[in-house]
Amino acid sequence: MTEKVLMKGNEAMAEAAIRAGCLHYFGYPITPQTEISVHMSKRMPMVGGVFLQAESEIAAINMVLGASAAGVRVMTSSSSPGISLKTEGISYLAASDLPCVIINIQRGGPGLGGIQPAQSDYNQATKAPGHGDFKVLVFAPSTVQEMVNTIFKAFDLSEQYRMPAMVLGDGLLGQMMEPVVFPETVVAPREKPWATIGHQEQRSPNIINSLYLQAEMLENKILERYRRYDQVQSKETESEIYLTEDAEILLVAYGASARIARGAVDFARKLGIKAGLLRPITLWPFPKKELVAAAENAAELLVVEMSMGQMVDDVKLAIDCSKPVHFFGHTGGVVPSSAEVLERIKELAGRNGND
Amino acid sequence: MTSVYKKSSVLTDAPLTYCPGCTHGIIHKLVAECIEEMGVQGRTVGVASVGCSVLAYNFFNVDMVQAPHGRAPAVATGLIRSLPDNVVFTYQGDGDLAAIGIAETVHAASRSENIVIIFVNNAIYGMTGGQMAPTTLSGQVTQTSPNGRDASIAGYPIRVCEMLSTLDGTTYAERVAVNNVPNIRKAKAAIKKAFDNQINRRGFSIVEVLSTCPTNWGLTPLKSLDWLKENLMPYYPLGCYKDQTEKGGKQDDRL
Amino acid sequence: MANRVTIDEHICKGCGLCTGACPKKIILLCCDKLNAKGYNPATVTQMELCIACGMCAIMCPDSAITVEKE
Repeated sequence: MTEKVLMKGNEAMAEAAIRAGCLHYFGYPITPQTEISVHMSKRMPMVGGVFLQAESEIAAINMVLGASAAGVRVMTSSSSPGISLKTEGISYLAASDLPCVIINIQRGGPGLGGIQPAQSDYNQATKAPGHGDFKVLVFAPSTVQEMVNTIFKAFDLSEQYRMPAMVLGDGLLGQMMEPVVFPETVVAPREKPWATIGHQEQRSPNIINSLYLQAEMLENKILERYRRYDQVQSKETESEIYLTEDAEILLVAYGASARIARGAVDFARKLGIKAGLLRPITLWPFPKKELVAAAENAAELLVVEMSMGQMVDDVKLAIDCSKPVHFFGHTGGVVPSSAEVLERIKELAGRNGND
Repeated sequence: MTSVYKKSSVLTDAPLTYCPGCTHGIIHKLVAECIEEMGVQGRTVGVASVGCSVLAYNFFNVDMVQAPHGRAPAVATGLIRSLPDNVVFTYQGDGDLAAIGIAETVHAASRSENIVIIFVNNAIYGMTGGQMAPTTLSGQVTQTSPNGRDASIAGYPIRVCEMLSTLDGTTYAERVAVNNVPNIRKAKAAIKKAFDNQINRRGFSIVEVLSTCPTNWGLTPLKSLDWLKENLMPYYPLGCYKDQTEKGGKQDDRL
Repeated sequence: MANRVTIDEHICKGCGLCTGACPKKIILLCCDKLNAKGYNPATVTQMELCIACGMCAIMCPDSAITVEKE
């Protein structure tokens, strides 16, 4: 283990990637994640890696495709509008069964939106990170330390399951500074039998491709991929519970919202309200079983997001709409406060005014 | 009996899916022959683009990556930055390279990426049925310029070699044609020079190959060769537009 | 033994580019013959006039032609 340092979320993730064996980064500046690119531009030359500022987010994700095909650990990062640009490339990466890590530091949207934190790309990340039937691993850390650990995990799982991994942060997490300890540096294994590194006339050519003009063949490819996704769902789902054993009001929140919600849970408990929190850590695969278990004793669920409500639908689906699911949030870059969330908890608990 | 001509081993056995008389086949042969003659088949990685040549990964006996439309130079950048000792080439048509992918083309050139771009220019979009391309000539009839390309609506054709020659990063840019055997030989020499640049790490090379599209030009293959000579060559003159190979040298310090 | 040009009629698409490239004008498309894909394959009519220049093979987009010199 290395020493403890104080670092900004964006920079910590960039540093974590390098220490996780990622020596290729292609990116483009966009607020609020530009620090990732800047950190990479300074550090990659120091470690003999490749940093390239691409001409656009589209070019960057395609450079990621090329590097991933070459069998190396590779990463890109952006924020909401830039991620929209990348969606075609992400679809190709998933369809070509290529590993990579993509960081989305979400900002207010839609359109040019704003530069303040948001969580309004949840649906994009978990339902449609690109066209077609596919999924990407989606991680939602909520502290700088967790962001660092998640980067290591994202590279490992992305390679293990041959699928892209997205780390979904937001402007708050990206900009905040917290103490962090980096895990041991990893030297990434480079040999991948499927990589296009030149056949050296020792084997038949490797072809990295996503075009299957015969419909049955394409369907079979997708079915095989979804069998892999089933394995991911059964083995890699992650979440955290806080005071859920006797919770009558169960909050569900991820990332920065989870920290805010947790603060509200603590306030509520002081007032004698039995609130609890389930924090999904993987958004895909979504922790359905864990949510059902945590909601067992709850009369109400309250989902807190920095959006118009996107994860709330998945919460309803997970429990088959068996209990009332409420939503509280802000969007456009407005960050909810624990006090606001507490008011909502109190309403649900049937209390009025200050108590 | 000695062999005067036989098929390159860098081409697979798969029958080419191009239309009868399409010059893609000739250009494929030239690329394959150069790779074979230069002994780099084992370390070559090709990037297939989107267009008539989308199935190029079936025809070359080298590792291949299929890129999204227009993005082959970016995919090639990711490959060569990860595999600096390999030989990386892209194979692109006029829509892929000069329309949707023009930013990637220009920036790969300006960064002097150590890649070879084979640019097949037949002034039309073949695969999708004959629509106007950035290189379609003024007055040329296509599916989306049924009255002939009108500059007041659709602007003017783009001369890619000339444009890229203005960039310091472009090491070598040459325009060739494959309408007859002498030109085919010159085209092969240009492609060989481009690969030689790559092997010696001299940076970005592009060979623009004037080609035919009999199907969408509505001409027989033989008449298409004449049309190429009479119409494409005057607007897109053959020749070398940039040659900085003397400047040459390794680019290891960038990697 | 004469120079020999072999045209694989299963691969040939009857495009006719070889007929234009041959300096001796001894290649024709067989209008009375169809291959399995429905093309009229090319054929050399007077092999004894072949000079093994290889231009037909250089021109052929489908690598359907092999040329051997005496």
